[in-house]
Amino acid sequence: MRQDILTLDNVCADIAQYHILHDINLNIPKGGVHVLLGRNGAGKTTTLRTIMGVLHAHSGSIKFDGQDITKYHSSDIAQMGVAYVPENMGIFGGLTVEENLRLAANKGKFDPVRLKRIYTLFPAIEKFWDKAAWSLSGGQKQMLAIARAIIEPRKLILIDEPTKGLAPSIIDNMIEAFHEFAKETTILLVEQNFHFASSLGETVNVVEDGKIIHSGDMKEFAQDKDLQTRLLSLSLDQHQ
Amino acid sequence: MTLNNLLSGNNIRFLPVAIAFVALIMIGNPSIWVTLTVAGLAMGMMIFLMASGLSLIFGLMDVMNFSHSAFVAFGAFIAASVLGRLSGWNESDSVLLNMLALFSALGAAMVFGMIAGWFFEKVIIKPVYQDHLRQILITVGALIVSEQLILVIWGGVPINVARPQFLQSSFIIGDISIEIYRVFAVFLGTAAFIVLHLTLNRTRIGLLVRAGVENREMVEALGFKVERLFIGVFVVGSGLAALGGAMWAGYETLITPEIGAHMMISIFVVVIIGGLGSIEGSLLGALILGLVGNYMAFLFPKMALATNMLVMIVILMWRPYGLRPMVKS
Amino acid sequence: MVWGIVIVIWLGLALSPFLFHDVRSQQVAARICVFIVLVASYDLLIGYTGIVSFAHTIFFGLGAYGAATALRHMGPGWDAIVIGGGIGIVMAVILAIFIGLLSLRVKAIFFTMVTLAVASVAVVLVSQFSDFTGGEDGITYKVPKLFKPATKLLVDDDGHVVRWLGTKLNGKLAAFYSVFCMSLLLYLAMIRIVNSPLGTVLKAVRENETRAEAIGYRVVTYRTLVFCISAVFAAIAGIIYAVWLKYTGPETVLSFSINIDILLMVVIGGMGTMSGAVIGVVLLNLAQYYLRDIMQLGAEATANLPLIPELLNPDRWLLWLGLSFILLVYFFPAGIAGTMLKPRVK
Repeated sequence: MRQDILTLDNVCADIAQYHILHDINLNIPKGGVHVLLGRNGAGKTTTLRTIMGVLHAHSGSIKFDGQDITKYHSSDIAQMGVAYVPENMGIFGGLTVEENLRLAANKGKFDPVRLKRIYTLFPAIEKFWDKAAWSLSGGQKQMLAIARAIIEPRKLILIDEPTKGLAPSIIDNMIEAFHEFAKETTILLVEQNFHFASSLGETVNVVEDGKIIHSGDMKEFAQDKDLQTRLLSLSLDQHQ
Repeated sequence: MTLNNLLSGNNIRFLPVAIAFVALIMIGNPSIWVTLTVAGLAMGMMIFLMASGLSLIFGLMDVMNFSHSAFVAFGAFIAASVLGRLSGWNESDSVLLNMLALFSALGAAMVFGMIAGWFFEKVIIKPVYQDHLRQILITVGALIVSEQLILVIWGGVPINVARPQFLQSSFIIGDISIEIYRVFAVFLGTAAFIVLHLTLNRTRIGLLVRAGVENREMVEALGFKVERLFIGVFVVGSGLAALGGAMWAGYETLITPEIGAHMMISIFVVVIIGGLGSIEGSLLGALILGLVGNYMAFLFPKMALATNMLVMIVILMWRPYGLRPMVKS
Repeated sequence: MVWGIVIVIWLGLALSPFLFHDVRSQQVAARICVFIVLVASYDLLIGYTGIVSFAHTIFFGLGAYGAATALRHMGPGWDAIVIGGGIGIVMAVILAIFIGLLSLRVKAIFFTMVTLAVASVAVVLVSQFSDFTGGEDGITYKVPKLFKPATKLLVDDDGHVVRWLGTKLNGKLAAFYSVFCMSLLLYLAMIRIVNSPLGTVLKAVRENETRAEAIGYRVVTYRTLVFCISAVFAAIAGIIYAVWLKYTGPETVLSFSINIDILLMVVIGGMGTMSGAVIGVVLLNLAQYYLRDIMQLGAEATANLPLIPELLNPDRWLLWLGLSFILLVYFFPAGIAGTMLKPRVK
């Protein structure tokens, strides 16, 4: 039995006066890519934000790598080795590509081996190294956001819809890149693109109305069209 | 090429030069123009000192301190008191003693501003992060209290500020006369700008501040505590405001307890037209305000009092987010 | 409980001419009436939009200056009050629409700074156009005959003005009751507004802008509407005050300190409650007089100590008020009425 790197136990969270997460129970095994699926507004992003400590759960507990991080400040969670790529990518447009990466690098110093690998995976990063980040295209920004997450070794990477608005060719590149990362870290991925999700995911968790309504193996889920229709109310094939 | 093209992007930094040029044509008399321009630059630099901190404070934490001008007022009165105490050094013929008196006064004001800023952030601001309405209310309350404290400590009467001997006179070049104090103010403001600029652009803390102004949440998700950074920015900003107030006291030579209220509008206008969170914007805004204010006072004396407002309306109509808005993601 | 206090205060104001016979009390009572309207109109703005404006006295001033200039140029007639006041109200509404639209373009806090600058310009304009506004000195004028102290409302057989419970039934009394009745009516009208369907929408907008927008309320329209309503009430309050004082100047209707005063009153009373306006106005007016007396005693008692007498100097009453204000915002952000009205947690 593999050890879980992340466990959410009956997590409830509110935004303003609205209850967004009702009762999230989630077990993410160490290593590989794990997918959170669900309709818009189901609570996927809120789940990631709560794990990251941007929002705080008002009840329940979150354990990461054996430690209870429920009440931790998001900077402390980041220090423990969790990286977060938000839906809007969180790129600092006024900073250069290099400065964006430097912020994420430990003490502002780059590890040459890792940097080299990023250059190989995402040549645009090297090409636009000194350019202001706002001038990048959507796909390039996404790559920068992901590069920022892998510039240091992380234990867990939370990624919110990395394929949103990207061209299919770029998405295929990204699948390759993610396979590469998954060898050394754990990725929790929120995704709408089922093609992307099913070619990467090892396990799948479906969120609906702030609860986990299905957890299981991705391969089985991908084959079970009825289950998909029932849980996501439309066949995800249409999404591609 | 339209005017807007001409003034877009980096060209915008030449706006004060363009204003000065237009004013030269309108005024006609070069020696008057030089005097007004130096006065405008000096005023602009002092207002920059007062406003730059507020702009960064707002940019970084979305915190608006309506009592920022209280630091200006305290800075002015403390500098006046120190100069009064050191009148021996101040009136001496030795430039060295003069400078010692001056820098003691400026230093005392700035140190006070920083300590008061630290206290203020911890006690007044911290409990109301994220709550704009209560921030406004509490800092307005703090403004009232600090104005009253000035009345308690220094009384309600105007106070004379003794300028150090070596800053008393003027340079005379032909028929142009330039007050040395004004040149000194320009020099000090420029130095402060350069230090701020280098800190923001060449250091890791500066990088964090710039990133934090754009997207605080993401900086925290990268593992940094923005609140700690913010205290630093608040302390420096308050210190600069007090320094600006101290310089202003020497510029006006007669200060009243209303000095804070008087400067408050200018400070806000500069922060607004500069673009919240931008040091370059604050500098541009402050220089424009200083120059236009002095030119207007000469060309259209009746309108001079409304300068702040006119400048603000014109700039906001043209650029609703200010001259140098920070990119907010 | 809260509304009980409010009713007692209004009753007290109604009876004040018979309870207190000195001129000063009469002035204070009338000022309280007008300020209740002004503060309640400001409460519509802060309490129901969450926006702090420092330009509210401009609306007050527009009404007052409208009536004042008309009374001065057209003579002391009712027509002057209606026309001048009407122009003032219209200008206030136009300005309110402008400010309301502006507030949607910029962030709330940015907006507060802009209103501060706008307010400073209003004061400058008044002093610059002194031919029209009287500048720093303001304008004095005559008011309709009914309100003149020499007017006798009831005469006895000898032709002397009748006294009732020691109070002369003269024009001054008529003026006071006009102020009182108008203020009470306006106050009730505002309570009616916040309890109408419109008030419900406003509360929804205040609670959650995005959600209100999603449900289908046009936040833009409603917020601008609040600005206009609030401006109209403030302008009418200005007209009443101008007629009562027979004098209008920057210090009485336009200064920044008035705006600070009404801000303190709204917050101390309780934002978004309407009853808080009454409590806040009365409390601050009382504080202004009685806090000074207490401080005077304190200053005399500590006359030998350093600094403390200075802190207790009656002129420094604002220092203590400011401190209590800060503490109030920390610990009772709902204000007095808001805290009392809050349902007890079981």
